[in-house]
Amino acid sequence: MTSPHQGAPHAPSVPSVIEPQGLEQLFAALLRRNYKLVGPTLRDGTITYEEISSPSDLPAGWTDEQQPGMYRLKTRDDNAVFGYAAGPQSWKRILYPSVLRLWQAHRKGGKVEVTVDKPAEEPRYAFIGVRACELQAIGIQDKVFLHGNYVDPNYQLRREHNFIVAVNCTAPAGTCFCASMDSGPRAKGGYDIALTEVILGTEHYFVATAATKFGTEVLGEVECRPANEKQVTAAEAAINAAAENMGRTIDTTDIRQLLNRNFENPRWETTAARCLACANCTMVCPTCFCHNIEDVSDLTGEVAERWRKWDSCFTTAFSYIHGGSVRYSPAARYRQWLTHKLSTWHDQFGTSGCVGCGRCITWCPVGIDITEEVRAIRDKDHSREEV
Amino acid sequence: MIPDFYKVSLVRQETHDTFTLELEGQDGQPPMSFEPGQFNMLYVFGVGEVPISISSGPGRKMPLTHTTREVGTVTKAMRKLKRGDVLGVRGPFGSHWPVEHAGNGDVIIVAGGIGLAPLRPALYELLSRRNHYGRIVLLYGTRSPDDILYLDELKHWRSQFDLEIHVTVDRAVGSWRGNVGLVTSLIPKAPFDPTGAMALVCGPEVMMRFTVQELRRRGVSPSRIYVSMERNMKCGMGFCGHCQHGPHFVCKDGPVFQFDEIEELFGKREI
Repeated sequence: MTSPHQGAPHAPSVPSVIEPQGLEQLFAALLRRNYKLVGPTLRDGTITYEEISSPSDLPAGWTDEQQPGMYRLKTRDDNAVFGYAAGPQSWKRILYPSVLRLWQAHRKGGKVEVTVDKPAEEPRYAFIGVRACELQAIGIQDKVFLHGNYVDPNYQLRREHNFIVAVNCTAPAGTCFCASMDSGPRAKGGYDIALTEVILGTEHYFVATAATKFGTEVLGEVECRPANEKQVTAAEAAINAAAENMGRTIDTTDIRQLLNRNFENPRWETTAARCLACANCTMVCPTCFCHNIEDVSDLTGEVAERWRKWDSCFTTAFSYIHGGSVRYSPAARYRQWLTHKLSTWHDQFGTSGCVGCGRCITWCPVGIDITEEVRAIRDKDHSREEV
Repeated sequence: MIPDFYKVSLVRQETHDTFTLELEGQDGQPPMSFEPGQFNMLYVFGVGEVPISISSGPGRKMPLTHTTREVGTVTKAMRKLKRGDVLGVRGPFGSHWPVEHAGNGDVIIVAGGIGLAPLRPALYELLSRRNHYGRIVLLYGTRSPDDILYLDELKHWRSQFDLEIHVTVDRAVGSWRGNVGLVTSLIPKAPFDPTGAMALVCGPEVMMRFTVQELRRRGVSPSRIYVSMERNMKCGMGFCGHCQHGPHFVCKDGPVFQFDEIEELFGKREI
């Protein structure tokens, strides 16, 4: 799980301390290197990742309240710029756009000429404020799109020059469970620079470490001083407190075997009775990668295009083959999604497909909670004794 | 995701709802090299793309051939193609019938309906090295005599005496003198020695389920039985997610699976 462009990561550097004004210098250092900055900002009543240009775009003094089927912004009583959890959109929106034209083709006589869509300039995105759960999610999508038999050139293009400023999470939401998925709140790797925001009384600073050569270079252009023991301890304490304050947990003990032997568990039907099969959970999930390929043509029939669009295993069309959909019942579709995330993902990519960001819980219109589902399946695991 | 464009050199109606397309590369494009049982993504310009298994022999002597049924928008548009039209091809994708591991035992091929199309390359491959194998038995079932695919070829093969062919239909008509019944009914008396035998099975899932049962009853090892699965596919490369079957992507881990690898999920509903 490394940023692809800077070569092998090194051990995180000795922590240094940046004042809030230092963020200006950090942004400037990245802008000088022709990065587009993408980071959290307020939009549509949420905190979402958009193109930003200065630290003043960050949602200073805001936080979020998240519960099953509920998301609400609230003001904080301090001026923290990273004092909230994951919003509705993950970084996959940038690395793996929801709608993308892949090519255009012109038919001339008996020949077809294909023009592949490529951005006018190489995308150079610097992500500001990537949480540990999201780093894990990016690492998982790297496995899907870059590390199999085939490489997705569109993902590769966006990932190649991707600079990552991670933020160790100190403000988990009620729907968060990254600690139990072993994917947070502390960033373990896959970043160039990691920050921990500390607010203690009137003190407000960031403890920063660089984990790549490039990160070290960029951090070198930011005014900072070595962190003293007290500051390092304060940062560690904030992260540890976040781990303690997770709203939710999943017991992952033998979870693959648990789900494999509970294919017929009555819980699937119970949940399907509530599930609207709206696909929200798959859209907000930072690891869901399924998509559709759509071929279209103009009215003359001489110009055709191929588009890639996010798709969801919650639709009946997703599994349609001649004669009908394989997974026609919502129960089967919910089971497919959950068992893929927590069980078959391991078979396919050697990792869980869930990072514990809690988005699927927050953005489910009826508040279906993956952690509660796993618990319920465990409770009704009748085959347990026989196994 | 960019197809190569081939020229349609022949369109042949096989049965009332199935047809065959033969394709040739443009501008000296080298012939596609593939293994029996693999598939291509076929793209009708501006209409769409569908996975269709390859039906020609894997050698270079035959044009690239696909036989399919007219069932949806894309295959209906494909049927309307004429000699000289272009067709986009991506592939080949997926796993293959491992005839190279057949050893010198008997090979039983069980096909249901259009399931014969992806098995045809395996038959060609086996026949091209006929003396390497034991008995080769083809058991083929269709709904009616009118649904029998590659009828002339079957007659030709039957006349060669180095391939046992047994055909059965679910519903006979007046002139039919052959077997009536499901293809599974041919298995108990089919002339093969199950010891070390390899079985290749393709057809509707329910047909494959009962076929595997009968083959096992005859003593064929589940690790020597291969089935070809069908799922929705959009990319062929394991990215789009549509073809998932439990832990497998049918497009890259399949479509041909060793039966014991998918036994646990096989026959379960809505996987």
